[in-house]
Amino acid sequence: MQIKPILSALRRHKAGTFLIAAQIALTLAIVCNALFIIQQRVAHLSEPSGIDEANIFVIKSEWVGAPAPDQADAQMREDLQVLRQLPGVQNVTPSNSYPLRGDGWDDAIRLKPDQVQDSSGATIYFADENFLDTLDLKLIAGRNFRAEEIGHMDLRYKLAPPVVIITKALAEKLFPGETAVGKTIYLIGGPATVIGEVELLQAQSVEHWASEFAYRSVIIPERLNVSLGAFYIVRARPGQLETAMPAAVKALFAHNPRRVINEDDGVLSFSDVRSRAYESDRGMAILMGVICAVLLAVTAAGIVGLTSFWVGQRRKQIGVRRALGATRRDILNYFMTENLLISVGGVLFGAVLAIAINLWMVTRFEMHHLSMVYLMAGVAMLLLLGQGAVLAPALRASRVPPVEATRSV
Amino acid sequence: MFGYYLDLALRSLRRNKILTALMVVAIALGIGASMTTLTVLHVLSGDPLPGTSATLFYPQVDPRDMDGYEEGKRPPEQVTWTDGMNLLHAKRADRQALMTGGAVPVQPAQANIDPFFSDARYTSSDFFPMFKLPFLYGRPWSESEDNAKARVVVISRTLNEKLFGGKNSVGQTLRMKDSAFQVIGVLDSWRPTPRFYDLNMESYGSVEDVFVPLTTARDVHFEHSGSTDCWGTGGGDDDHAETSPCVWLQFWVQINGTDKVAAYRDYLVHYSQEQKTLGRFQRPPNAQLPSLMEWLDINKVVPGDVRLQTWLALGFLLVCLVNTVGLMLAKFLRKSGELGVRRALGASKREVFAQLLIESGVIGLAGGMVGLLLAFFGLWLVRKQPSSYAALAHMSMGMLLVTFLLAVGATLLAGLLPAWRACQITPALQLKSQ
Repeated sequence: MQIKPILSALRRHKAGTFLIAAQIALTLAIVCNALFIIQQRVAHLSEPSGIDEANIFVIKSEWVGAPAPDQADAQMREDLQVLRQLPGVQNVTPSNSYPLRGDGWDDAIRLKPDQVQDSSGATIYFADENFLDTLDLKLIAGRNFRAEEIGHMDLRYKLAPPVVIITKALAEKLFPGETAVGKTIYLIGGPATVIGEVELLQAQSVEHWASEFAYRSVIIPERLNVSLGAFYIVRARPGQLETAMPAAVKALFAHNPRRVINEDDGVLSFSDVRSRAYESDRGMAILMGVICAVLLAVTAAGIVGLTSFWVGQRRKQIGVRRALGATRRDILNYFMTENLLISVGGVLFGAVLAIAINLWMVTRFEMHHLSMVYLMAGVAMLLLLGQGAVLAPALRASRVPPVEATRSV
Repeated sequence: MFGYYLDLALRSLRRNKILTALMVVAIALGIGASMTTLTVLHVLSGDPLPGTSATLFYPQVDPRDMDGYEEGKRPPEQVTWTDGMNLLHAKRADRQALMTGGAVPVQPAQANIDPFFSDARYTSSDFFPMFKLPFLYGRPWSESEDNAKARVVVISRTLNEKLFGGKNSVGQTLRMKDSAFQVIGVLDSWRPTPRFYDLNMESYGSVEDVFVPLTTARDVHFEHSGSTDCWGTGGGDDDHAETSPCVWLQFWVQINGTDKVAAYRDYLVHYSQEQKTLGRFQRPPNAQLPSLMEWLDINKVVPGDVRLQTWLALGFLLVCLVNTVGLMLAKFLRKSGELGVRRALGASKREVFAQLLIESGVIGLAGGMVGLLLAFFGLWLVRKQPSSYAALAHMSMGMLLVTFLLAVGATLLAGLLPAWRACQITPALQLKSQ
């Protein structure tokens, strides 16, 4: 295939060539970054929570009036009793929060009392002895809390439990290469001994600011009593989630009506919690996907349109070439190669632009650096798109009969 | 001539329907996407209190201990009770209000309404005149009622409709957390966007339903919600919030006149020094006085995703425009023969140029109209989203105008190069090659 005549032909169509190349470059730059964003969002929303999501639901019960902490604790224990007796309920635990909730209590962990710089941030989960079983957490070292170790506290007291269970991620951060069980960590209120380690438990916030300690959680053996109320995390027996949710609310109101359980978010199955936590990520991924698809379609249409024009314009020359002995294949190849040359120029420029846009987004939008795999995928996609789009006009060109050479119009 | 050119343009566009449709659709998609995202961005980055916002400021002082001190870092985002009360009572600004958010259990008198939690704002009295809240009935409370910890409440229009059927409820009693409050005012609809005065809560959420004096709220132990940041020995519990080293209140001032702003800033530095001498503050004085709009900027209130989407849509529009330029170039150059005849018959380059620009303008207008429909559809989709700002996504008259100007302007711009290239033909050559 002769490249030279193609280049000299392109030189006579500078504006058109430049426009197609520019469009390919811009499309590549946008599509690469959009695909990369989609991948990041999808990876983010597929992070495991570490709990038995299929069977868990959460009740947010708020007290009416202002029960004193001791009274609130008594009411809470009664509630737990009521819930545990329901036939569809396997286990229940009270907590101040749960994974993916959005906000809650985060704290700094230190290894020495006089340490200035914190060793790590961590999510604080208040729990009782049923927490591990209810959430179906896997204990990989040490032991669970005993019933007599569970205390109760309100916000007047500093966070200083004698024992805690931590996640593997936190253990590895605090004591790399060592076993965490038996070690002492310092919470804001004082020292605590690590008695157990669980495999995986996600933080309550999945926002960017919390990503540094996403899986570093501390489980505190206390029931937290605030007069506002608490969360009851309930694990239904397999397959009974649908019936257990309304039954639990009914039972709680039957036992003690002086409470508020919001209609819209008072009782949430964990799948609801998950979709609420990630709805903006999912929306963004879908939007990016749609934009990519439309963008590729527009670019393809543009290539078809402009190449069709060129084919129409060069009918006579094509006829001459055919009359002089060029085969149909030669004509087809000519237009395919022409497009390939323009596309290569476009993707080269587009690759640079894609990286530039990514660097700009890194500074402005908490984005990671573009992985080269996405750039390569984008380049391949646009080259294929160009060849695919040019095929129809090129085939039409190859069908121009040699007799066209003799026609005057 | 305009009518004739328009006729020519329409004929030309009709001749190649697919190409025309392709150009119109490309422009429409680009315009639709850009206008949807620009409208959302416009709504979210707007001025919550037009006309007043320039006089509103958010004083910040740094009462923390030396633990974790870094020079040049901003002071905490809120104030402690002690500093808030000191600054409030100093009355160095034209108006000042100290406030925080909360949730209160409302116990309706009617048996058929279950008790429910309402979002509440605990604030001092200047809140209402300073932020220009509209009253449907009654009045705000006064400073003396602040000081007397009066059991008074101002409620929103929504809550008034829920509890009192929308009637004038001034003088009625409202029970909250087992205490009786007298309704003294009912607000009319008010929704500053963003809800600037407390950015710890949803920035684009609706305004609270219940307003009570801050002093009263402390007196009857209403729960405080929002952010509480403590240092040193601070525990963050509600019962000792007045004395513990925690920031949990927002303090706003209204200052009319730029010279007084500088004076207030000096006052804040002076106050910090004084507190350091007293031993309360330990850090070097770090006083800031951002204006309302600066404060929104510092807190990056507009969600990053919204800004990202806007850039994405504008990039999309750019590709659509480049695409249109290419297609138009093809189209105009294809008409070389026709244009050659016109030129040979006496039309000047200018006239041919005008004719071609009118043709691209028609495409722009059509693209703009379809794009506008797409933008309305896009905004409808945004409103279906569950985010807190979803309900605010509406097209304004200004944005409508911008859409049209953008569509036609962009397409005319896109038509410039092809039209210019098409004018450059030599009529004789074109006629000969026929």
